[in-house]
Amino acid sequence: MIEMSNVYKKYSNGITAINGLDVRIEQGEFVYVVGPSGAGKSTFIKMIYREELPTKGTVKVGEFELENLKPKKIPYLRRHVGVVFQDFKLLPRLTVYENVAYAMQVLEKNPKQIQKRVLEVLDLVGLKHKVRMFPNELSGGEQQRIAIARAIANMPRVLIADEPTGNLDPETAWGIMELLEQINNQGTTIIMATHNSEIVNRVRHRVLAVENGRIARDQEGGEYGYEI
Amino acid sequence: MKFRTIKRHIVESLRSIVRNGWMTLAAVSAVAVTLLLVGSFIALLMNVNKLASDIENNVLVRVHIDLAAEEADQESLKSSLEGLDNVESVEFVSRDTELQNVIGSYGETFGLFDGDNNPLYDVFEVNTNSPESTAEVAKAAEGLDYVAEVNYGGSDAERLFEVMSTVRNVGTIIIVALIFTAVFLISNTIRITIFSRRTEIEIMKLVGATNWFIRWPFLIEGAMIGLVGALIPVSIISYVYLTGYSSMTNYLASSTYSLLEPNPFLFLLIALLLGIGIVIGSLGSALSIRKFLKI
Repeated sequence: MIEMSNVYKKYSNGITAINGLDVRIEQGEFVYVVGPSGAGKSTFIKMIYREELPTKGTVKVGEFELENLKPKKIPYLRRHVGVVFQDFKLLPRLTVYENVAYAMQVLEKNPKQIQKRVLEVLDLVGLKHKVRMFPNELSGGEQQRIAIARAIANMPRVLIADEPTGNLDPETAWGIMELLEQINNQGTTIIMATHNSEIVNRVRHRVLAVENGRIARDQEGGEYGYEI
Repeated sequence: MKFRTIKRHIVESLRSIVRNGWMTLAAVSAVAVTLLLVGSFIALLMNVNKLASDIENNVLVRVHIDLAAEEADQESLKSSLEGLDNVESVEFVSRDTELQNVIGSYGETFGLFDGDNNPLYDVFEVNTNSPESTAEVAKAAEGLDYVAEVNYGGSDAERLFEVMSTVRNVGTIIIVALIFTAVFLISNTIRITIFSRRTEIEIMKLVGATNWFIRWPFLIEGAMIGLVGALIPVSIISYVYLTGYSSMTNYLASSTYSLLEPNPFLFLLIALLLGIGIVIGSLGSALSIRKFLKI
């Protein structure tokens, strides 16, 4: 599903973020990406949805060969890759419903289809009763659920979560984890970058430890493995 | 593109026009001032051009008769003029009649020159059979006895064309500078719009909206600013031109000269101004979206 081989990424300021990275992730996997700050986690993740392009090497996501992907085709790749951030990135002027619907509207989906799917994903994240509220009327955990609902509205095959629990208290974080598990059980690949050792150690999945721009450890059901 | 999408783009662009009221107003004014100058300039230049070619096509050569000429001398001059090649007719106009024409055109003040104060000459108006032969006839007439001065349309037209080319060059520079200013102001206005919506753009990019989908509302916004900016000078110029045209037509009624008729000239000018407005609006907007789409 996702395949990177011999990938290098050197930024224009001279910093080498990825330094000969190889990895293969199958459809339906749940993968943690761990590692110290500045080790290249973010760059690794950004290369999956083609926000960054490798300087050298090949990145394949599904049938897309990213190093040869024309800028015009990037939107079609991104329709298969949902992204969730630490800071949610919701639109404050839109209601919960509108925030989720927005992601489908900009892909010119049919309004009836949009309505059906938005209610479906809001039901999945457990916020169907808050459709008319605005993001600032919700708790952090609820906002992240909305962001997740938006990311999966277009049924991507991969969901990338960059520190999804970073701004949340532990209890709320568990709720988000349960939700991600549930989405994973429906067949969506989940790639989650995190610093949360408790989650990684309790909910065991494949762990990719990124250090100095390489995969330092690739362990099925592994531990977090860093001192906090 | 689906109709629903077109509607969405238009609504989005209207919304941000309202939201950035003051910047929009500044950009609209810039376009309006620019196009007012462009429009007036074009109207003026085209009409001077028209007059110059009217003058050039005039077949009349005016031969001023020396004040020393007796009646017999005038008669012999007349027959020599009639004897020249390409001359169709020769007509005598007395200095009194000439003065009356001046008074008719420029006002009663010139009545002061009546009678013995009249500074004008008696004139033979020589009609040639084609505009091309006027210069030749004029030159031949200059060589005759008792001829004080010879005027013909071609010489005035040449002078007009010279003045016009200077005016045109200077004007073009000013207009290009103004258009740059307008494009700059529009692109700044759109940049503010974009800036206030950068999270939206980021989300659109991340969920896979195409660049054109993102671009359209901003292009429409720019085009609307350009269009509204153009409507203002279009109405001013239309009003002024129509008023000016009717009074100038009365004034020029007795001559063979005329201004460009509003139909089609004014309509073409309006179409041009609206076109320029829309183009600079979209251009300004396209310039500022470019870098925001690189996510």
